[in-house]
Amino acid sequence: MIRLWNNLKLRNTALQVAYVGGFVALVLGMALVARANLDELGIISGFDFLFKSTGWKVSFSLIEFTASDPYWRVLLVGFLNTLFLAAIGLVLATVIGVIVGMARTSSNDLARLLGAIYVETFRNVPLILQVFFWYAVFTRFPGPRQAISLADGMFLSSRGIYVPGLNITGLSAFLGIVVFLAGLGVIVWITAAQRFRRMEPARKTRLRLLILAAAALLMAAIFWLGRLPDTPLVSIPALKGLNYRGGVRVSTELTALAVSIAIYGGSYIAEIVRGGFKAVGRGQIEAAQSVGLSAWQVFSRVRFPLALRAMMPILTNQYIWLVKATTMGIAIGFADFFMVVSISINQSGQTLELIGILMAGFLLINFTLAAVLNRINRAIALKGDQLRS
Amino acid sequence: MAITAQIEREGLLAVIRRRYFSSLSNAILSIVSFALLAYIFWTVFDWAILSAVFSDAGGPEACQQTDGACWAVIDSRWRLILFGLYPHEEHWRSGLACIVVVLMTVLSCIPRFWSGKAISIIWIGGFATFYFLMKGGIFGMPLVDEQQWGGLSLTVFIFVSTALVGMPLSIVFALLRRSELPWISRLTGLIIDSVRSLPLLTILFTFAVVLPFVLPDWASGDKLYRVILGSALFFAAYQAEIIRGGMQAVPKGQEEAAKALGIRYGARIRRILLPQAFKSALPATINQFVITFKETSLVIIIGFFEILASGNAAYGRGEWTFAYVEVYTFIALIYFAFVFSLSRYGAYLERRMDIGDR
Repeated sequence: MIRLWNNLKLRNTALQVAYVGGFVALVLGMALVARANLDELGIISGFDFLFKSTGWKVSFSLIEFTASDPYWRVLLVGFLNTLFLAAIGLVLATVIGVIVGMARTSSNDLARLLGAIYVETFRNVPLILQVFFWYAVFTRFPGPRQAISLADGMFLSSRGIYVPGLNITGLSAFLGIVVFLAGLGVIVWITAAQRFRRMEPARKTRLRLLILAAAALLMAAIFWLGRLPDTPLVSIPALKGLNYRGGVRVSTELTALAVSIAIYGGSYIAEIVRGGFKAVGRGQIEAAQSVGLSAWQVFSRVRFPLALRAMMPILTNQYIWLVKATTMGIAIGFADFFMVVSISINQSGQTLELIGILMAGFLLINFTLAAVLNRINRAIALKGDQLRS
Repeated sequence: MAITAQIEREGLLAVIRRRYFSSLSNAILSIVSFALLAYIFWTVFDWAILSAVFSDAGGPEACQQTDGACWAVIDSRWRLILFGLYPHEEHWRSGLACIVVVLMTVLSCIPRFWSGKAISIIWIGGFATFYFLMKGGIFGMPLVDEQQWGGLSLTVFIFVSTALVGMPLSIVFALLRRSELPWISRLTGLIIDSVRSLPLLTILFTFAVVLPFVLPDWASGDKLYRVILGSALFFAAYQAEIIRGGMQAVPKGQEEAAKALGIRYGARIRRILLPQAFKSALPATINQFVITFKETSLVIIIGFFEILASGNAAYGRGEWTFAYVEVYTFIALIYFAFVFSLSRYGAYLERRMDIGDR
């Protein structure tokens, strides 16, 4: 026996078989217990339930959804809501983060102090507390009749924020925005890709403006084609009886979540931005100054591009974290992917299948986001060691 | 120091002009920043101190007559926020237990105690003291069931037990992942990466709700302990990667030299690899502790009565419904005190180690 144990090859194989086998046995055992439990409850496992109708409604949905729609559709609603919230949260957090991060690296100590107060206040308090706080603030806005009017046609009330909108079908709104974003993507591609490196700067600028105009025109055309019959194109919210009619209502839950994710995420991104600017070697800046570049040129041609490259890998992690943070929607009742899955579990009892779908959904989001950001990171990465001072 | 010397040399006005009004944009930035700072400072000061009501002697009515903060709600409900549903006469135990944990944290920040043995003794001893103080049943202290725990001490309990279970687990994970046996390292990598790519909330939810489905009844245990296990698994998946990073920073020659001397695997890991790995992974580890402490608050969604939930209860019902800002501020300050001091300590360590490396 001892002789056998001392045989290195045999021992290694035995260890690996035991480890992997133990894991597989654990999973199999769980599956068996689960099957026994489900049989007791009379639940048939499998994915057939996805095509049954749900019988309940969701509070917020980007696509049309009624109580008689099947489960796969409610899961899609939740998934889209998560993506929607994540997109808003990420963009706002990045804007706040860049502004505060710039203040943190400013040469003016008053601005630095302001940035430090912001970061330390919001980074050291759990996100969920901030979600509860903003939700409490927004639900305590006055009712629709006494709503706070920001500008003409924009109202803050306890039922949500009302903003002017367009009377168009959901599909055309979606298509229009996708077309416009695609245009922006092409512009970024022209700016960054190797293929256009040799192009004359003036021609490049003209090309970018042309694409921007084309995308905007195309979006407007799609909106125009998709307008609802017999209504004005722009709808402005107006008080009718006890509530507002027209316009777009941004729900209180969505606002509270987006605001807290933006504020909390912004404080983290600000630190990443600061770290990125700190990583740019002093020699790079001094060299840029000594060849006679203006302050703006030093920033836009040297400091910012180098800092961006230092930030990208950490920023990727932070973005993925922020996407995962959207699950907090369940705390205040925003119908995000996680909340929709957990209601579905309660209603249908298909626990394991739904947990599997939940995990697959998040793996899909995370891997896609990581792959895209890593691709960008590789595309802009510098060869050599320009980041060192 | 430098600035007083500058003022002496150039005069105060010249220094101010150079630092804040060197150019038009700098002047605008200075004025806007100063105005914002003054506004924030004055608003907060006026709200929190000048116009605030501190005592609940006047009841909620006294608060409604002022624009300032209504600290009266804290004065009246602080026991509920801090101790939850813990029996009233036994609150001192809950408070003392929290102080024990604070002491334990402070002790483990002192470099003298940075050995595996000392840290383990401090944490296991501190945790045992905490547990028996809270649970009672010995030394004439009445038994208090886990269901009645709440408020700050429940938050602290979940955090400390997460760390206690998660830390050894993370070392095991890190060692398994860097194993030379391909299947062991691949499977561990798969487990770690799947846990890391899921939101903590879904893991807590799975452990609280789904685990009873897939485990036989005798293995399910109490919901609280299942949630702690889930949170420990999540902590371990992140911490394992931090430790693995630390291990990669240990020069290969160290392990090879130990092998050449014939030191066995266990001693090699314990005496040579881990101490050096932990040294370079220390700032990241503290950061992970900070994040874990903040994320403990998520258990409110699974239905635990931790400090955020008891805060919601403190203003949610009855006469204090208007005083939510004060309650949330109070809880935020408690979190801030813990998190800020820990992260400052982490930053200090990082600076100190930078100096050591240079």
